Amino acid sequence: MRDDVLSGGFADTPVEAARAFRAALEAMARPGSIHRVEGARAPAPVSEAAAVLLLTLCDRETPLYLAPGHDVAPVRDWVAFHIGAPLVGASEAMFALGGWQALAPLDAYRIGTPDYPDRAVTLIAELVNLAPEGARLSGPGIRETARLSLPEVAAFQRNHHLFPLGWDAFFTCGDRLAALPRTSVVEAG
Amino acid sequence: MTAMQHDPAYNFAYLDEQTKRMIRRALLKALAIPGYQVPFASREMPMPYGWGTGGVQVTAACLTPEDRLKVIDQGADDTTNAVSIRKFFERTAGVETTEHTTESTIIQTRHRIPEAPLTEGQILVYQVPIPEPLRFLEPRETETRKMHALEEYGLMYVKLYEDIAHNGAISTAYAYPVKVEGRYVMDPSPIPKFDNPRLESAAIQLFGAGREQRIYAVPPHTQVVSLDFEDHPFEASKADHDCDLCGCGTSYLDEVIVDDAGGRMFVCSDTDFCAGRRAEGHSGRLSGEDAA
Repeated sequence: MRDDVLSGGFADTPVEAARAFRAALEAMARPGSIHRVEGARAPAPVSEAAAVLLLTLCDRETPLYLAPGHDVAPVRDWVAFHIGAPLVGASEAMFALGGWQALAPLDAYRIGTPDYPDRAVTLIAELVNLAPEGARLSGPGIRETARLSLPEVAAFQRNHHLFPLGWDAFFTCGDRLAALPRTSVVEAG
Repeated sequence: MTAMQHDPAYNFAYLDEQTKRMIRRALLKALAIPGYQVPFASREMPMPYGWGTGGVQVTAACLTPEDRLKVIDQGADDTTNAVSIRKFFERTAGVETTEHTTESTIIQTRHRIPEAPLTEGQILVYQVPIPEPLRFLEPRETETRKMHALEEYGLMYVKLYEDIAHNGAISTAYAYPVKVEGRYVMDPSPIPKFDNPRLESAAIQLFGAGREQRIYAVPPHTQVVSLDFEDHPFEASKADHDCDLCGCGTSYLDEVIVDDAGGRMFVCSDTDFCAGRRAEGHSGRLSGEDAA
């Protein structure tokens, strides 16, 4: 086993996971807000923020889909050692990790059922750029409008129209993360 | 000042990490679907059901060592339930606690929203006994789930209408049903309907029902509308008095019987709010006397 597979977990899990979750909670509650997280390191190409999210939210009970590009042996081994999440196809996943293009096609994911709309995937999309600019967001959690550098607009509009069904997304870039729940109304900036 | 330490016999904030992850995943989905009740695998807590086991689990999943926790029971910081939960987290999480609404980052509440407006960065955690607003109209979970899925809330309006037919007004005074973001009808927990307008807040509001195993949420700046009729609009009512200690005419009041001859006084239910006003020099009808 390689060093980068065995290392990179939280040093003090209860406290570091708690801080990371608060960032994730604030991000999901206030779509478009960007938060810094720390404490985890996974093999390339997984960003620090994505590694933190995986350690904070995933475990043996959460089937995980690694999209092409992230589905490489060191990442699979890191997930197996630190998280233990079963690796599955897109249609069975509770969490999916990958670049935005690599996560497509988006209609492969679970969007919940009318009785249980919460049984939907959470995407963790790695972006090259994450900034409060570009697409205009409104909806729950946003006082008036917010802006976020989303990779596209149409996919989020289609997803919003499925409400209360639909998927939810985290965006990660380096050590920063943001989130976009299915409730957000997205317009081109 | 040295940071407080939690009792090393416990994991930080009592719950084990896998349980916290399960609750955290439920909380994120709850925020993504405002007003929808997310099922979660509620754990047995070292306190009986009805004492806030749902709220305690949500608080435990959200706490960080940097937080300052406030716990209120019907607005009061000094009642048994509030004191014991505050002590529980002082011991198991080593967090600072406070009685001041404005200084707190997480507030766990039983049946009140503090008078002071909440701000960004604050989290309000509600203890919920019965999360299902339709439960007393339809006891079967399979049916209420279908009603939420189909957005079939006619039964609730019939209930409110029957209130008007029998009493001339909607007699529901607490746990008054609301519609969140135009979709899900939600039980705001047994807060007085006086508090309903403040469900539209800048803070994150999380609801935990331990025995019933449900978590739901209202994100900041989310539309929350109390159900009503055009000719019987919703009214956030309170006792028609001023506080007898601080003289406030706009706060929610508790009625206290003070003797066996029909004597009574009205005091703010929010003890921190009332104490703050008295410290500023406000006074009420009985504030000069020994009310005890």
